[in-house]
Amino acid sequence: MPIITVENLVKRFGNITAVNDISFEVEEGSIFGFLGPNGAGKTTTISILCTLLSPTSGRAFISGYDCLSEPSAVRKSIGIVFQDSTLDKELTAYENLMFHAYLYDVKRDERKQRIEDALHFVDLYERRYDLVKKFSGGMKRRLEVARGFIHRPKVLFLDEPTLGLDPQTRANLWEFIVDLPRKHRMTIFMTTHYMEEAEVCDRIAIIDAGKIITVGTPDELKKTVGGDVIYIRTKDNRKAKTEIAKLFQVDVSEKDSELFLTSVKGDACIPEIIRAMGETVVSVRLQRPTLNDVFLKLTGREIRSEDVSSSDNVKDAVRSYRRKFDRG
Amino acid sequence: MPFGLTGESLIEANAVYVLVAREFKKFIREKSRLISTLARPLIWLFLVGGGMSRLVSPGMGVMGVSYMQFIFPGILGMTILFSSIFSSISIIWDKEFGLMKEILVAPVSRLSIVIGKALSGTIVSVIQAIIILGLFPFLGLRLGIFSIIETILVSTLLSFCIASLGIVIATFYESFESFSVIMNFVVMPMFFLSGAMYPVKMLPDILKVLTRLNPFTYGIDALKHTVFGGMGIFDFPLLVDVGVMVFLSVIFVLIAGVLFERKK
Repeated sequence: MPIITVENLVKRFGNITAVNDISFEVEEGSIFGFLGPNGAGKTTTISILCTLLSPTSGRAFISGYDCLSEPSAVRKSIGIVFQDSTLDKELTAYENLMFHAYLYDVKRDERKQRIEDALHFVDLYERRYDLVKKFSGGMKRRLEVARGFIHRPKVLFLDEPTLGLDPQTRANLWEFIVDLPRKHRMTIFMTTHYMEEAEVCDRIAIIDAGKIITVGTPDELKKTVGGDVIYIRTKDNRKAKTEIAKLFQVDVSEKDSELFLTSVKGDACIPEIIRAMGETVVSVRLQRPTLNDVFLKLTGREIRSEDVSSSDNVKDAVRSYRRKFDRG
Repeated sequence: MPFGLTGESLIEANAVYVLVAREFKKFIREKSRLISTLARPLIWLFLVGGGMSRLVSPGMGVMGVSYMQFIFPGILGMTILFSSIFSSISIIWDKEFGLMKEILVAPVSRLSIVIGKALSGTIVSVIQAIIILGLFPFLGLRLGIFSIIETILVSTLLSFCIASLGIVIATFYESFESFSVIMNFVVMPMFFLSGAMYPVKMLPDILKVLTRLNPFTYGIDALKHTVFGGMGIFDFPLLVDVGVMVFLSVIFVLIAGVLFERKK
């Protein structure tokens, strides 16, 4: 049974539709990624799943509990690392985790142990008595991830967990995160607009303008753009071109004195090509499609060159809608 | 279900405790906050009170107390009013800087959150009120141990009432920019229309009506009861004051509980 089920979810703010009839399922113990540009509806979907926002229509279940009618059971099952820091900067790292342990009613005799384990896990044990306001951005994020699993949630939500962090810190953080399903049998639901980060997912949903365009494993999605590209340089390109075309029954093209061909399994193709061409091969390189290529193919746009002003428009509209109608 | 009740428990003691503990810890840590919040009532008591006492005719037509003595319950109330409102308004701060989200996704009833926040404001206010109350010998007032305990109890009730009102106000705002609006249009009118600085009897009729609609008036009146005892310096019976505050506290907490439900 899937641990997260979303059925025909719709969320409108005034006349802006942030989430437009999406449905998907997430298997227990997997890493599920929500990939899309800013303003695509990722955070809105997470807010609904986390019981912070009610949907306009549609249903969502976590661990069998209805996000709308059983918020308390849902809240017990989830942990969340929000896009913006939600730590208390005037408290120490240890106090922030203790605050969380109390809120989630972690048993008295387990609190201390779990907090210390979590602090070790994210390498912050030495800094546990420092005020959070003295922490760097990366340390704060790690502390938030640690806090997110203190109460052993079934599902951990990560909303753009590495936003604004430098590449080194991002890599470190991912090491911690990908360990979680294995070590704690947790399901991870993450959103990102970094293509490289989505590669760690077991399954990815690509979302744009409030709609899910496609769902699949990273490999499946990459296959939709035609597989790997192999580039070959030989001593005699014209001769090699006809030979390879004959041998593998594929179209071979030439560009900048390099031959290139596409193949579903590029890595397995390379040895065969070298074997066939023998000593004439000068160099071979393999280029695999990225999720960016997938996004480009599906939407005709690069994910990061998206129109910044249009996504800001969505955020502004949501904000002014809140001001008018919202009392929370 | 209303108030985010889980059906399991109405109020989770753990959550209430940790919300109060957090506020207390921060209060102890920020010495400058304590000093600046105590400075305001002291300035009012000695500078405004001292200055005005020359203008006000001795005895004020009643009761045989000096003006500085007369405003003492008002200054106690002021300490509570500002401290409780600010403590609750810190919810807006928490909303802007995110901590509120961490609290709202936690599996605790919304009522626990409201009560935890209201008690946070209460404890911080009462500590400050007790410090100000300690000044009474310097003003020539004589309070017995019984009056002191009574005053502290009334201060606690008033603090809770104002703190829960503050939470209701805080739920209407998303950003801290609204701070001065709340100061100018809520806190200051509440203070001046309460009888803290002058007897309600002396006000024009229209303002008298407004004072009666002001929850803070009943707190000030109760403090006049407990500070001046049987000297007859009050506008309502003590039981009415206490009754109004208890009633309003319950109403404010329930309203805040509903308003803390998830966003539409």
